[in-house]
Amino acid sequence: MIFNLFLTFARIGAFTFGGGYSMIPLFNREIIDRYGWLTSAEFLDIIATAEMTPGPISINTATFVGYKLAGFWGSVAATLGIVLPAFIAISLLTVVLEKIHDLPAAQNGIKGMRPAVTAMIITAALSLAPKSILRPLDLIIFCATILLSWRELLNPIIVLFASGLISLLYGLF
Amino acid sequence: MLWNLFISCLRVGAFTFGGGYAMLPVMKDIFVREKNWLTEEDFVDMVSLVQITPGAVAINASIYIGRKLAGLPGAIVATLGSVLPSFLIIFIIASSLMNFYQSPLVIDFFKGVRPAIAGLILVAGLKIGHDSLISKLSKALAVLFGFLAFFLNIHPIILILAGAVSGALLGLGGKKL
Repeated sequence: MIFNLFLTFARIGAFTFGGGYSMIPLFNREIIDRYGWLTSAEFLDIIATAEMTPGPISINTATFVGYKLAGFWGSVAATLGIVLPAFIAISLLTVVLEKIHDLPAAQNGIKGMRPAVTAMIITAALSLAPKSILRPLDLIIFCATILLSWRELLNPIIVLFASGLISLLYGLF
Repeated sequence: MLWNLFISCLRVGAFTFGGGYAMLPVMKDIFVREKNWLTEEDFVDMVSLVQITPGAVAINASIYIGRKLAGLPGAIVATLGSVLPSFLIIFIIASSLMNFYQSPLVIDFFKGVRPAIAGLILVAGLKIGHDSLISKLSKALAVLFGFLAFFLNIHPIILILAGAVSGALLGLGGKKL
C-alpha cells in the first residue's frame, strides 16, 4: 500500500503542469476512479481543507490523502512521491531542463498543454459537482461561489468558511 | 547559509495561504528584496523555467533557488523547508479531524463546503481557459480535449501528452497557439 501510494503520487507529480488545481483531475482519476481509495465527498473535503490551510494545495492534498489511507507513513510516502519528479528535474537534470526550456518546441508544447489542462479541470469539476449538490442550499452555494469567485469579489478561503458556516446554521435550525 | 535558506523556505510555506501562485510574490519579497540572494532577472528566469517543470509551482521555485544558492544540499534543504509546514499542519488536522469528524456540526460544515469547493474548481478551470486560450486554434483544441475527457473518459495524462505533442507539431507547422 505504502509503495503503491508513493508511485501513484509520483505519477501525479510528474504530469501536473500549471500547479495547484491542475493536479485535481489527476487525483480524481487515480484515487477515486482507479483505486476507489476515497469517495468524491471525502476528496472534496480534503481539497477544501488544503485550500483553507497554508502551503501549496497539491502538497496539502497529497499529505492528507496519504494520511487518510495509511497513517503517518502514508502521508510521508505521498508527500515524497508528489515532490520527487520535480526535485529530480530541477536539482539533478538542471542542464537538460535548461536546454529543453530554450527549445521553441518546448514552449509550444507548454502552450498546447493549456487547452488540455483547461478541459481536464472543467471535466473534473463537472464530475465532482453533482456529488456535492444534494440539497437546494448546496445548489445556491455552488452558484454563488461561481459568481463571487469568477468576479473575484471574495477570497476563496472566505467563500469556503462562509459556505461551511451557512450550512452548519442551516443544519441547526 | 543552509540554515538561513531552510528558515526562509519555512516562512514561505507556513504563512502563505491560497497555494502556489500566491506564494511566488512572497518568495520574491524574501529572496530578492530582503535577502538579496537573487536578482529580479534571476527570479523571472526561475518562474519561466518552473512553468515547464511538472509539480507544485512554489515547491519547484524553492528547489530551484536552493540549488542555485547551495547546490544539491541547498535543493534538499529548500524542499524540506517549504514542504514541512504543509506536512505538519495537514498531519495535525488530519489526525484530529478523523476523531471529531463524527460530530454533527463538522459534518454539516463540510456539507456546505463541498459545493463551494466544486464551484471553485470549476472557476479555476474557466479562468485558466479564459486567460490562456487566446487563439481560435487553442479554443478548438480545448473543446476537443473536453469532449475526449468528458465523453470518452480519456486519462488526464494522455490528454496532457496529446496537448504537448499537438502544441509542438502545430508550432513546427508555423501555427500559433
